[in-house]
Amino acid sequence: MQIFFLALACFLILNILAGLWRVVQGPTPADRMVSAQLFGTTGVAILLVLAQALEAPYIRNAALLFALLMIMAVLSFVRKSTPKQGQAGNIK
Amino acid sequence: MIFDILSILLCLAGAFFFLGGTVGLLRFPDNYSRLHALTKADNLGLGFIVLGLVLASPTMPEIIKLGLIWLLALVGSSSACYFIGNYIYHTPSQEEE
Repeated sequence: MQIFFLALACFLILNILAGLWRVVQGPTPADRMVSAQLFGTTGVAILLVLAQALEAPYIRNAALLFALLMIMAVLSFVRKSTPKQGQAGNIK
Repeated sequence: MIFDILSILLCLAGAFFFLGGTVGLLRFPDNYSRLHALTKADNLGLGFIVLGLVLASPTMPEIIKLGLIWLLALVGSSSACYFIGNYIYHTPSQEEE
């Protein structure tokens, strides 16, 4: 069971490594942000799986923090780089 | 024993959705479809993995905490996808090439 969870964590890390290609390649900043958000969710899953595999429950706190910081990163990206002139209806 | 098998199956389903999200992120042609692939991986992948871990974890407080983490990730990722979609929609197309 423990071996399975460790292998699952390795598989998810490989997913992140494959997704880095989109960060390097991505034509617009939004693409890079989307892949960063996918990394955030995958990181949450990795931390939860590792907390189960290593029997270290405190890692779940780090997963909770990852889930919180992911939305903060996206919000700061959207607030910073939305064009101000013209359509200001999306900024509140 | 039956819980272990169910847990492994659910975790494999979650890993499949994460793989699908990554492949979609790499292969889909434009912004909106990449966003679509991302939300599938977020909601279903993390949900299946949390469900599998719930079946494997012993105590009640851990189960509640796992559920709350999934709920926070669900709310966060869906609202973040709305914000990014709004950003893409309102930004004039700026292909860097």
